Amino acid sequence: MYSFEPNEEQQMLIDAVGKYAENDLRPAAHDAEENRELPKKLVSKGWELGLLQASVPETYGGFGERSAVTGVLAVEEMAYGDLAGTLAVMTPSLFATPVLLGGSEEQKQEYLPKIIEGEWAPYTAALVEYAFDFDPTALKTTAKAEGSSFILNGEKAFVPFAKDAEALIVYANLDGGTQGFIVKKEAAGLSISEEREKAMGLNALPMYRIKMENVTAERLGGASGHDFELILSAMRVASAAAAVGVARSSFEYAKNYAKEREAFGVKIAQKQAVAFMLAEMATEIEAIRLLTWEAAWKLDNGKEDAHTAAYLAFTGAADMAMMVTDRGVQIYGGHGYIRENPVELLMRNGRGFPMLLGTAIV
Amino acid sequence: MTIEFEAPKPLVNMQNMLQTVAENMMRSTSREMDENEHSIPWDYIEFMHTAMRSMGGAGGLAPVEEKPKEGAEKRPPIGYQKLAVQIEMLAWGDVGYYLVTPGGGLGAAAVQAAGTPEQKAKFLARFNEEKPTFAAMCMTEPGAGSDTSAIRARAVLDEKTNEWVINGEKIFVTAGDKSFTEYEKLGKGFIVVWASIDPSAGRAGMRAFVVEAGTPGVKITKLEHKLGIRASDTASISLVDARVPFENLLGSPTVEKTTTGFKGAMATFDATRPLVAASGLGVARAALEFLKEKLKENGVEIRYGLPRQKLTSVEREVIDMEIMLKSAWLMVLKAVWMADNKKPNALESSMSKVKAGDVCTKITQKAVEILGPIGYSREFLLEKWFRDAKITDIYEGTGQINRLVVARQILGYSGSELR
Repeated sequence: MYSFEPNEEQQMLIDAVGKYAENDLRPAAHDAEENRELPKKLVSKGWELGLLQASVPETYGGFGERSAVTGVLAVEEMAYGDLAGTLAVMTPSLFATPVLLGGSEEQKQEYLPKIIEGEWAPYTAALVEYAFDFDPTALKTTAKAEGSSFILNGEKAFVPFAKDAEALIVYANLDGGTQGFIVKKEAAGLSISEEREKAMGLNALPMYRIKMENVTAERLGGASGHDFELILSAMRVASAAAAVGVARSSFEYAKNYAKEREAFGVKIAQKQAVAFMLAEMATEIEAIRLLTWEAAWKLDNGKEDAHTAAYLAFTGAADMAMMVTDRGVQIYGGHGYIRENPVELLMRNGRGFPMLLGTAIV
Repeated sequence: MTIEFEAPKPLVNMQNMLQTVAENMMRSTSREMDENEHSIPWDYIEFMHTAMRSMGGAGGLAPVEEKPKEGAEKRPPIGYQKLAVQIEMLAWGDVGYYLVTPGGGLGAAAVQAAGTPEQKAKFLARFNEEKPTFAAMCMTEPGAGSDTSAIRARAVLDEKTNEWVINGEKIFVTAGDKSFTEYEKLGKGFIVVWASIDPSAGRAGMRAFVVEAGTPGVKITKLEHKLGIRASDTASISLVDARVPFENLLGSPTVEKTTTGFKGAMATFDATRPLVAASGLGVARAALEFLKEKLKENGVEIRYGLPRQKLTSVEREVIDMEIMLKSAWLMVLKAVWMADNKKPNALESSMSKVKAGDVCTKITQKAVEILGPIGYSREFLLEKWFRDAKITDIYEGTGQINRLVVARQILGYSGSELR
């Protein structure tokens, strides 16, 4: 059957996350960006919504089962509030979800309960590399087997909360394919940049460079490793959903502004030039939302083309977010360019999606 | 409810069956029909009628209401979904041919949307009878396209005979000839003519009339020569003192000074827009598949999974086309799913049409561009699909009028607030 309506449980989650996004994240977004800091309370409150906790089975301290569909619904809703806040709230998932998807039984038991049962704590992951041709399936960071463990060498960029992280998953090139490796905070040879990353957007989210010189690490999934594509696709649909949320936010600001702002005696929304832009924004948002839902559903149901679907959703979402957030600024005109107004931050965040793969996962 | 993307079994079966029809009956003669405009593909018409009739589905754009078998669990309705899948598949074969599929088309859809139960019983039964039968919708006039308030056709009640007397000129009537002209091989069709019964009331005075095939005073004055969809006839029809019985007016004859009646009739389009969108996407899929096939023959593989900056420009184009096509199709599915579940879908319906119009135009244009001479040559059907596709962004509301509908919906504006 085809069906396009979240179930009751999902709807409750959407409502709860939506409230948090509207009442907490949205109002805080501007100052967080300017001050380069997210209030701790804000992040804890998001964590307490229990998105990650609900995707981990009871045996590992959670209270539910993972569903990519539920995940993308929640992420869109939260990212509508603020992208930096969303990525911060979800940072522990960057570690926990890959463990859940590809970890060995021991790894699950060792890490999941302490991440899930406690307060928000920075467990994170490092995927992005600082190169124009960054490609998650052809990484420059290398892993070499040495006995039962692995030796990592290379550099990573845009690693959220690396400074405080208890442990992180580092993705590296092992014999031509990508694999994740668990690296503990105290590992010898691991160095984390003093300075935070400075980027066009997402300045509220503390991100760091990390360097590995002969770091000893444990392979995710143990000796036999794991299916990285599963993790990559989970990252892609999460990013796509976040892009939909960001775009929706910009669209909504622009729509409301266009209905207030007057020019030549009418609201600018009454001008077809503006109204058509809004119609196209809404259409593209809906198109990518559905593509993301379908990809997530295919992942949940192990469909053959699920990975291609996730890739297409992610690729389409990045373009859509740019198009929509750009128009958000355009509709505000000169005011859109001013940092007091929310749409310029959304545009900066909207541009980040192709680069920021690996900063969200569901 | 839940979120689910598993195609229902009956849809998949039908799709497979129609693919065979598309390959064997349509593609093989597509070129011939394109080059011999105004010839009628009788083989296809008769085959499709027999096939649809045996499935109990002859009738056209209105979904067949399923009667639940006794004791069987009640399944959610999928009538419109079925139609969308069916239309997409037929259009994949040849959208011109698809338009010649016998049935009620937009004419029956209007009866379905605006007719009383008695009218539905009277006018819709014929499509399932022995001979293939057509019906058409006559809305557009030389001076009235998307702006239906500009319609000049007039219907006046002759109280002595209790008949409506209609005068006017209609153009761009899809399948107008097959619906009105009495061909021996066809059953008696009809056209649904929009005319005003009270010009002072504007849209509120607009009504739809069933005009039976062969009605005196009605004439097919012209068959258009077109850019594409040449297998389908597009007629101009003039009505001079054409008389139809009182009960052929669909819905209520009383004019209230509101447009609710008209809006109700316009709901026809909420149901049919996603179906027209589906037909455009069928053409787009055909073009994209052809493009990928030709690229493959020439050793070009699309490397899915690579970041944008590592792809060649051709790979990027193809990937973008797939994103467009897949997402547009999901929008169509959502709109028809809403129709099946009786959820108001004016927004989703128009959105799907906006998107599909863009998508099928872009995909066919790009496919021709990428394949260069192979795309432009009449040796292959791609150039025809490019010509065929364009109509999707025009009929059943142009991309622009649908943008207007979408904008009004999202802004909460009336027609007078956003013109």
